[in-house]
Amino acid sequence: MKIIVTVKQVPDTSGKVAVNPDGTLDRASMQTIINPDDMNAVEAALSLKDELGCKVIAFTMGPPPAEGMLRELMAMGVDEGVLITAREFGGSDTYATSQIIAAAIDTYGVEPDDIILAGRQAIDGDTAQVGPQIAEKLHLPQITYAGEITKNGNEITVKRILEDGYMTIKVQTPCMITCIKELNNPRYMSVGGVFECYQKPLVTMTYETLKDHPLIDKSTIGLAGSPTNILTSFTPPQKGAGMMLEGAGKETTDKLAGILAAKHII
Amino acid sequence: MAFNSADIAAFKNVWVFCEQRQGVMMPTTFELISEGRKLANELGVELCGILLGDNVDGIAPELGKYGADKVYVFNSPLLKDYTTDGYTKVIVEAVEEIKPEILLFGASNIGRDLAPRCAARLHTGLCADCTHLDIDMPNYKGFLKEASTLPAERIDKLGTVMINREPHSVERDLKMTRPAFGGHLMASIICPRFRPAMATVRPGVMKKRECPKTAEIIHPAFNLTAEDIGTNVTETVKAAKKLVDLIGADFIVSVGRGISKDVEKGIELGQALADELGGVLGSSRACVDAGWITADHQVGQTGKTVHPKVYVALGISGAIQHKAGMQESECIIAVNKNENAPIFEVADYGIVGDLFKVVPELIESIRAAKAAK
Amino acid sequence: MDFHLTKEQLLVRKMYREFAENEVKPLAAEIDEEERFPMETVEKMAKLGMMGIYFPKEYGGAGGDVLSYAMCVEELAKVCGTTAVVVSAHTSLCAAPIFENGTEEQKMKYLPDLCAGRKIGAFGLTEPGAGTDAQGQQTTAVLDESGENYILNGSKCFITNGNVASTFVIIAVTGKTVDKRGRSMKEISAFIVESTDPGFSQGKHEKKMGIRGSSTCDLIFEDCVIPKDRLLGKKGDGFKIAMKTLDGGRIGIASQALGLGEGAVEEAIKYTKERVQFGKRISQFQNTQFQLADMHTRMQAAQFLVYSAAMKKQNHEPYSMDAAMAKLFAAEAASDVTRRAVQLFGGYGYTREYPVERMMRDAKITEIYEGTSEVQRMVIASNLGVK
Repeated sequence: MKIIVTVKQVPDTSGKVAVNPDGTLDRASMQTIINPDDMNAVEAALSLKDELGCKVIAFTMGPPPAEGMLRELMAMGVDEGVLITAREFGGSDTYATSQIIAAAIDTYGVEPDDIILAGRQAIDGDTAQVGPQIAEKLHLPQITYAGEITKNGNEITVKRILEDGYMTIKVQTPCMITCIKELNNPRYMSVGGVFECYQKPLVTMTYETLKDHPLIDKSTIGLAGSPTNILTSFTPPQKGAGMMLEGAGKETTDKLAGILAAKHII
Repeated sequence: MAFNSADIAAFKNVWVFCEQRQGVMMPTTFELISEGRKLANELGVELCGILLGDNVDGIAPELGKYGADKVYVFNSPLLKDYTTDGYTKVIVEAVEEIKPEILLFGASNIGRDLAPRCAARLHTGLCADCTHLDIDMPNYKGFLKEASTLPAERIDKLGTVMINREPHSVERDLKMTRPAFGGHLMASIICPRFRPAMATVRPGVMKKRECPKTAEIIHPAFNLTAEDIGTNVTETVKAAKKLVDLIGADFIVSVGRGISKDVEKGIELGQALADELGGVLGSSRACVDAGWITADHQVGQTGKTVHPKVYVALGISGAIQHKAGMQESECIIAVNKNENAPIFEVADYGIVGDLFKVVPELIESIRAAKAAK
Repeated sequence: MDFHLTKEQLLVRKMYREFAENEVKPLAAEIDEEERFPMETVEKMAKLGMMGIYFPKEYGGAGGDVLSYAMCVEELAKVCGTTAVVVSAHTSLCAAPIFENGTEEQKMKYLPDLCAGRKIGAFGLTEPGAGTDAQGQQTTAVLDESGENYILNGSKCFITNGNVASTFVIIAVTGKTVDKRGRSMKEISAFIVESTDPGFSQGKHEKKMGIRGSSTCDLIFEDCVIPKDRLLGKKGDGFKIAMKTLDGGRIGIASQALGLGEGAVEEAIKYTKERVQFGKRISQFQNTQFQLADMHTRMQAAQFLVYSAAMKKQNHEPYSMDAAMAKLFAAEAASDVTRRAVQLFGGYGYTREYPVERMMRDAKITEIYEGTSEVQRMVIASNLGVK
């Protein structure tokens, strides 16, 4: 039995984000971090490893610097890393991305008692699509928004969080579960882990590695393999100076409420 | 004939997935039907709902009130509880059979579980968490001119894109606009080469609009057995709202020294406004020091640092220690009797007035604005 | 001369920083206010391997290096001087002398518990009559009639981690000997004492100006009985062991001072960019800019001295003078920089709402313990051959 975790290195969009004079995002101004929901998935995997002694392998699709993230995860306790990287994969939307990652996982091999864990969504794309789409490509049952996970042999019980409560769902391995922040508190790297991580195995899968997989060819990856395209992108107008509202009566509060409604704040 | 999502001409009509839980239609469904009606009008096609559940015929006709021409209803005990496998199979097979050109879902926890699975099986594009949908190009360009910092000439030039080195007009493509990078960037996405174009839409963003019709209720044949479903739902529990803490809160209403003339009422008003916004009550240090409220509510240098979507400062002067804890909030609203209070320097919206009078009216105004949506 | 950190060192520093920000910083004001030892933090640090950073895995250590230990103390000190010295005293003053001088049995008996944080360590050299004049030792250790045990009598004072430690490295007088010139002098030896040893007790917590959460107290030996296998190193080598131990400890304290100064600079930069007077941010005034430039430069220079001493120790090169220079410079820099930080904050900096007054109070001790700045000057001058 092993646990596969899919992770993504993302810009830190929760901090201050600079906008270039031409209205585009200054991506260099953002620190890169490990996607927060993915950290919860990693912690879930490592907790199961603490309990059952199984191996944990982290998969990521990204440019070469993503190796640094895999080493960090190894310093936390992950045993192996797989870096899926190739120029040919660039420009992929969620459909193409999940196709590629599914092919990589399938190439590595999924056993009947394996679990695949992912974060619910990444803080750059914010789509929450890749996890379920990988599950579809691998023909695995999925449970998303996991707030609690318990394992009993090959049966996993998940508390699936809804906006107004939760569902308790049981599923057999192999399966995909996507994790949210309420699931756990991710651990830190350990000192011993840091001094070991660069010795742990890290495999790189490129286009050459995967091109013979049934899911992969030039038309299913990159821009060519992406059903969605970006028509245009823009930054919303920046915060100007504050607005002092006239008066303090009902018309004033109505005006404020109207502004908040128009901005979808309420 | 095998389903081919690339055969664009074969797809027609706008579909909306009508999410119900425990036999009750989710409010966002009506928002989606209204929006779908607008898109169907712009395309000159029909708007259809697709509704799954167990014995849910009773909630289908209301969809006509918001403009649905048809509702495809699928009843089965196996569809009573949402399961990814059950719902995906039924929806995908219906889509393959009837071929809608657009398929919308509410971006609820369930919608965001279901839509990507369907899109992957159908081999089509999905855009998540949309806040704006357009077909009509002039309307779309108007929206961009208002909502973006793009120069007008660039907006006017939009209309054709190169796909596989061929020019492609986006006139009849669904333009799906949504936030990325934590909301710092907006992107308009299209699905030019495949159908249906799929989107999940943020609840509470689209406007509900009545457009009364009598919706035709149709029960297409479908195949679903227990073996098709790989998960087992053992219970569904509705929970009371759990305690939200300051750090993760989207909305915070804080009270300050300005409540001194009637502390109990001041805190009550602050909490009422927080409740109305679905948020948490915070406080400046002054109230904590005076013993009016417990320290876990304190925002500021010695309290907590917060980054909510909305921070309302009631009767707070805005000294540097307080500002340090909240100045990164996306939208800051301040109410203070003193027009020179430093809080107004960081506020996006300021009202100079007595919070005891302003807050009750603000609660009503917000309630009214929400109802109008 | 390669001034680059290895990738492991960069990664482990990232971990220390995240840990310090999330786990240590939120408690710093409270443990200072309440004079409370941060036991819960020690448990968390232990789990992550921070209580035995540079000891080999076979003894339960994390298999890191001396520089990554110094960086740990530095990062902790940026947010909390108390937590930093907990790690420093435990590692350099207790685990290290056992690792460097102990028999295989002693190492296997004590190091795993110390590295895992199951036991906290401390070091007893200082006595009421023996501070800078460490040779003024009066605590005695005498073999009993059976010849199987030492009996210790005397007391130690100002012992860091004193009240929470269970393993102590204690320096005591075991007899008389002669020096190279034939003059009579004290024979001083080192011992390992456990808190459960009969006749051993700990005194009252010492209330201090700074590092108020750090446990500081007397250790009292009243016919304290320890088996003779607790002798650490050779009989008569105690003073040498103590001095070597302090050399290593100086790197730890220099790191603590370094972190305190750096933390103060960071806080001052943040505050001066927010504080508005005369219609401007005070960071726009040249005095503020020049002060911060000086403060940063001093701490940066201190960092090079500290890191260089750590590297030399790691490479088993002589490092005694380097450690002394690092501690001397970093401690005096920290006192100066933290004082200036309070000044830049103005009235607000004097209040306990902001951390800089605590950093200033914490910094002072780094000029005093583990060898005062005067002692460091003596060491440096001696190494220079100036006599």
